[in-house]
Amino acid sequence: MSRISREEVARIAQLARLSLSEDEADAMAADLDTILGYVQKLQALDTEGVEPTAHVLPMATPFRADEPRPSLPPEAALRNAPESQGSAFVVPPVMDGEDEG
Amino acid sequence: MVEPLGTLSELRAELDDGGATSRGLVERALERAGEVGERLGVFRHLRGEAALAEADAADARRAAGETRGPLDGIPVVVKDNFSQQGEPTGCASKILEGYVSPYDAGAVEGLGRAGAIIVGRTNMDEFAMGSSNENSAYGPVRNPWDGERVPGGSSGGSAVAVAAGIVPVAFGSDTGGSIRQPASHCGVVGMKPTYGRVSRYGLVAFASSLDAHSAADAAVALAAVAGHDPRDSTSLPEPVPDYAAGLDGDVSGLTIGLPREYFVEEGVDPDVLARVREGVEVLQAAGAKVREVTLPHTEYAIAAYYLIATAEASSNLARFDGVRYGHRAEGATQLRELYERSRSEGFGAEVKRRILLGTYVLSSGYYDAYYKKALQVRTLLRRDFEAAFRECDVLATPTTPAPAFKLGENTRDPLRMYMADVYTVAAPIAGIPGISVPCGFAHGLPVGLQLLGPPLGEGTLLRAADAYQRETQHHEARPPEGGA
Repeated sequence: MSRISREEVARIAQLARLSLSEDEADAMAADLDTILGYVQKLQALDTEGVEPTAHVLPMATPFRADEPRPSLPPEAALRNAPESQGSAFVVPPVMDGEDEG
Repeated sequence: MVEPLGTLSELRAELDDGGATSRGLVERALERAGEVGERLGVFRHLRGEAALAEADAADARRAAGETRGPLDGIPVVVKDNFSQQGEPTGCASKILEGYVSPYDAGAVEGLGRAGAIIVGRTNMDEFAMGSSNENSAYGPVRNPWDGERVPGGSSGGSAVAVAAGIVPVAFGSDTGGSIRQPASHCGVVGMKPTYGRVSRYGLVAFASSLDAHSAADAAVALAAVAGHDPRDSTSLPEPVPDYAAGLDGDVSGLTIGLPREYFVEEGVDPDVLARVREGVEVLQAAGAKVREVTLPHTEYAIAAYYLIATAEASSNLARFDGVRYGHRAEGATQLRELYERSRSEGFGAEVKRRILLGTYVLSSGYYDAYYKKALQVRTLLRRDFEAAFRECDVLATPTTPAPAFKLGENTRDPLRMYMADVYTVAAPIAGIPGISVPCGFAHGLPVGLQLLGPPLGEGTLLRAADAYQRETQHHEARPPEGGA
């Protein structure tokens, strides 16, 4: 039995804002199934009560004074924009009747 | 054909005794990059005039007696994921085609302060995702010892730039082994410092690392880029020691641990194991003590690493959406369509695979079983290393289970490709530094000896690696002229 179906891959792709062709979805489903099969080996370990390690080094979040500092000027920030207008990035309409969001 | 450039120490001596100028070295590096580099697919971008102007400035400083230090006027290269103001920063991805960085990475600033001349940007696996450099959107890098083989990845271009004598020092990034593994495959020294030792500011997602011919040269290069950077919240505040001054060749007080789980015969080329054991014997003969240690959770490291790394990647790469920079799909009539089409057109297959896997393991219903579990296993792996470092100062292991594999050999089987990282993934999981040092050949191809140290143990690693290189000549071997 496969661990991940093509339909599930398509659902995940939507969450990740990727659109896959049918062939791509098939290939990805097969690859992910192999990888997920391999990582099942972690289930053999008893981790009850073990703290997860999100960051390797024991560091507190560093704070700094809330003071104004120079930052990237708008024209430099916009220089790589595919489309801009004034000091804004231009994008197509956000809503188009329906969006499953 | 222009001669290969020498090591950093050699070039420094040539500059200091007047036998060479920085302009001359940069011209040679650029010429060699255009010949050998072109043939081996090493570069994404070369800086011609800009680098030569910087070389002239370095020559002027030297003439005025104001040389900034050992890297001043030396040509170096950076991987295509280091931001440099006014230069393309592409991560070897179509999605960043045309992007020009508006600022310098912290590590690039460090190189500028040291006077190093960045002559080019090296090819890599797209977004540093790969172990063979075959995932570049612009074609693979080839191994200079055998052009039909991979150089390793993801910093393949950086390792080859040093191995093929284009520059004496190269900078890359290493998370799962992206510097150490190619260094091993190409016969150069590759060092991954402790996470946080070198600023990640301006580096696309991963941790900075470097290649050189010798540990002594690596010590100089690391000093230039290490140190605290308040713009990177994970940057460590500890002062940077004088690594070069610590290279005294003395390993008599050093205890080397051999992790039992890394020396099992299964899945490892016996010639690789033999070279690594010989390397350990060299250090033992020089006075180091050797003892067996155990890292009992080793077999779970790859699974934990790839779950964590893909989860992080899926989140980190969300910013590439066709809005502010990079590739934008044409003709999208709605924002969501713009996101989906820009990302689908811009990312390559391995990047998509990792985004999908990472999104899956973070998604509702799977988070505890995969992501949280991997973080818990990471704790167990970290504790393994903490216990081992109570019994020894450094760990010695192979860097890779086999020498460089052939182009195309693993591309159809992503899981098999991930297995190439079996000895290098534990370091990022435990946050520890590691170095790969050439220790001879197997089947005519370079083999690397990996030394791992406790957090901020760079000085000890460099001292041990330097002591090893004082006793051996493996790092003096060079690939056939110009690379195969």
